[in-house]
Amino acid sequence: MSENLENVTPELVKRKRRGAFAEVLFRLSKSPLAMFGLAIILLLIFCALFAEAISPYSPIKQDLMHMFETPSAEHWLGTDEFGRDILSRLIYGARVSLQVGFIAVGIALVVGGMLGAVSGYYSGWLDNSIMRVMDVLLSIPQTLLAIAIVAALGPSLMNLMIAVGISAVPTYARIVRGSVLSIRSMEFIEAARAVGSSDLRIILRHILPNSMAPIIVQSTLGVASAILNAAGLSFIGLGIQPPNPEWGAMLSGGRQYIRDFPHMTLYPGLAIMFTILALNFLGDGLRDALDPKLKR
Amino acid sequence: MSENNNNNLMLDIKDLTIHYETDSGVVHAVEGLNLQLGHGETLGLVGETGAGKTTTALGVMRLIPNPPGKIKSGEIIFNGENLLDKSEADMRKIRGGKIAMIFQDPMTSLNPVMTVDKQIAEMIKLHRNVSESEALKLAGDMLELVGIRRERAKDYPHQFSGGMKQRVVIAIALACDPELLIADEPTTALDVTIQAQVLELMKELKTKFSASMILITHDLGIVADICDKVAIMYAGRVVEYADKRSLYSNPIHPYTNGLFKSVPSIDEDVDELPVIPGLMPDPMDLPKGCAFHPRCALAMNICSQEQPKMCDFGNGHCAACHVMAKRYEL
Amino acid sequence: MIRYIIRRILFLIPVLIGVAFCVFTLLYFTPGDPARMVLGDLATPEAIQEFRDKEGLNDPFLVQFGNYLYKAVFKGDIGRSYSTKRPVMTEIMTAFPYTLKLSAFAMLIAIIIGIPCGIISAIKQYSWFDTITMIFAMIGLSMPVFWLGLLLILLFAVHLRWLPSSGFSTFKAMILPSVALAAQSISMVTRMTRSSMLEVIRADYIRTARAKGQLESIVIGVHALRNALIPVVTLCGLQFGQLLSGAILTESIFAVPGVGRLMVNAIMTRDYPMVQGGVLFIAVTFSIVNLLVDLLYAYIDPRIKAELR
Repeated sequence: MSENLENVTPELVKRKRRGAFAEVLFRLSKSPLAMFGLAIILLLIFCALFAEAISPYSPIKQDLMHMFETPSAEHWLGTDEFGRDILSRLIYGARVSLQVGFIAVGIALVVGGMLGAVSGYYSGWLDNSIMRVMDVLLSIPQTLLAIAIVAALGPSLMNLMIAVGISAVPTYARIVRGSVLSIRSMEFIEAARAVGSSDLRIILRHILPNSMAPIIVQSTLGVASAILNAAGLSFIGLGIQPPNPEWGAMLSGGRQYIRDFPHMTLYPGLAIMFTILALNFLGDGLRDALDPKLKR
Repeated sequence: MSENNNNNLMLDIKDLTIHYETDSGVVHAVEGLNLQLGHGETLGLVGETGAGKTTTALGVMRLIPNPPGKIKSGEIIFNGENLLDKSEADMRKIRGGKIAMIFQDPMTSLNPVMTVDKQIAEMIKLHRNVSESEALKLAGDMLELVGIRRERAKDYPHQFSGGMKQRVVIAIALACDPELLIADEPTTALDVTIQAQVLELMKELKTKFSASMILITHDLGIVADICDKVAIMYAGRVVEYADKRSLYSNPIHPYTNGLFKSVPSIDEDVDELPVIPGLMPDPMDLPKGCAFHPRCALAMNICSQEQPKMCDFGNGHCAACHVMAKRYEL
Repeated sequence: MIRYIIRRILFLIPVLIGVAFCVFTLLYFTPGDPARMVLGDLATPEAIQEFRDKEGLNDPFLVQFGNYLYKAVFKGDIGRSYSTKRPVMTEIMTAFPYTLKLSAFAMLIAIIIGIPCGIISAIKQYSWFDTITMIFAMIGLSMPVFWLGLLLILLFAVHLRWLPSSGFSTFKAMILPSVALAAQSISMVTRMTRSSMLEVIRADYIRTARAKGQLESIVIGVHALRNALIPVVTLCGLQFGQLLSGAILTESIFAVPGVGRLMVNAIMTRDYPMVQGGVLFIAVTFSIVNLLVDLLYAYIDPRIKAELR
């Protein structure tokens, strides 16, 4: 018997010692698709941070001697209708896209998370009224809501982020409320209340950390859909204004020349697709890593 | 053990080995299992969670989920024919028709979007040559037989209580008059008061339909109540197999002894129940020799070396234990 | 059941008023004077004042909203387009059939492709079919609809010359926009069907059906599918909303004269009543579709039906 225990213990200890966060990372590293996603996202973050250093040309400098050039040794991905280097514009565009993605989700997360936590924690009229407002917002399709908000605020980077963020608020409010509701009834919350913790403390210290898993997954996927939404808005002219480089706007600009110069639409589209793909793979991987029970 | 009366047996499982091949390793769920069941007998299959009882039952039904499960070797002789040689089409006739199974959790065993009479009628239509309306009528008869009013035939499973659902499950299992009924912990998920009713019903119907039964349970009380024979399972093997009387009066295997000691008795007043020390071995990593030796107080050297054989300790009371075999000088 | 339907419809009313309120508020606080928008820059201050009085633009905010709502509900009047001067309702009703047709077509494609693919993927989990389907589904999910649209035009209209690149009058013209719009929904439906099916085929009642000796095709096709489709139905309802708003981009790429293109043009020309009307109209349509889906849901899931009694 003692021999048996000895066999079991070291392994258990090893696993315990690794900690929850490391355990998740470990499981995540087992998924090749999630790692592929993470690699692309890290690459994009690198591009965004060091755009000045790595981009071969200025993203906005026009060069009318080299318009519509197809990919070459000088311009790896060619040039656009103003002779601007497409690769450089894509690199700077990563900065805009990531910024929009993360800030929009940040807005949605903070606002939606607070509303959801409050709503789930205090049931009753407060919960009811918050959720009815969320119902109203949810009955407007997300992209449409974002369009309406930008249309009202006027097109700019800031307004784009606000619009995409606000349009995602109900989703987060619902998710957070759902997990708060399920956690609230658990015994350790009762215990915290019994020792006299304040409501705010219980929400911040006990409930939110325990509802992290679905929020992390939703946020990762949310960054993807925020980038996609923002690109869509820019595509119809409601996002970043020219000459600033933005992938959706680049697509929109290349669109009228698609018959003769498809490279102008091909590369920005690929950039968007790979970014979204990477975030989606990572989100799926995180979901599996955070909740092994869900994995199949 | 009893090699002479094989023709009388309804079910004879020989050296059955079932593995689950998962990413993290091979789970030895059932390992060289031997089991016999005569006509009209009720066999209690007893063991802890994870001993391989349900896997054995699913193996007999050939319903092991594959992947990851796989029947590696052995024979399952049912009425003289090896089920493992049967085609899938033949198996389908046997499932439900000849061998029926009652599952553990009545809450989830019924299709939530189908009325109960349809679920019973489905069984009847599969194995008897009857029309839809006849099948539904017979389904109503079955419901009445298990003590549910016919008017409730058109209700959905969620409209029944747990005990009632298990009655419906029993009605499905018995609808085609099976020769062998395998009940996998049929009362574990039920309230204690309902448990007794359901057991009583099963006992009654088993006699009425003159079926044989394998009752999977970890409750020795239930075994004492309705079984004729008992097989004790540990880590994928049968370690003791005997007549109920013989087993209860004279348990041989140290594991069986441990099980009996850990059951509270009304007659004696003890402060603390003895428990079997240690845990069931990891089925991915079974110890060499007798799987029970790390927990066994009597273990000798040989126990960790060699797999003990089943020996007859008299009157068909068999057990697989080096220590006891030595003590009885077998 | 009837009572449930009535209750659901009654419940829809405050939601729709809420939507109208949101849309109205958003555009009320938009910079720019509607009177000047309509009358043009050359209008005299008197003319503008007169217009403001006539249109009730000087009334308090809530009164204006009340009037807007009153006219919308009882007269079907949701304002006049600044640019065409025609009633917004008329413009939308002319364009809406195109949008509805486009979305419905895309939904149909998503269901026809997504559900079978999801089922096969689930029952052949980890097979090459499953792997390829899941990778394609992920790509479909990550593909911006406007880019896919452009790629399809490039391939099928510019290079192969098989299909027209714009318009929506013939069946051939409908193919590219519908496929482009459907891509995301196909992926969503496939993934949802697969995961729902995977959950269901592990359920105990599926084992019960097998233990009856039922044919595997019936176990999957009848017992499993009916249960697995319940969440897929909800998803389809939500997807329809996505399709309606996705149609905004698709329509502007393929020059489909639907509500989406109407709205994009309206946004470009700052034709706010049109934007307002378009958003309101799509939100109402979406709410009605969701109501229908909920009713369908109650119909196929007896557990919900029972709760409603």
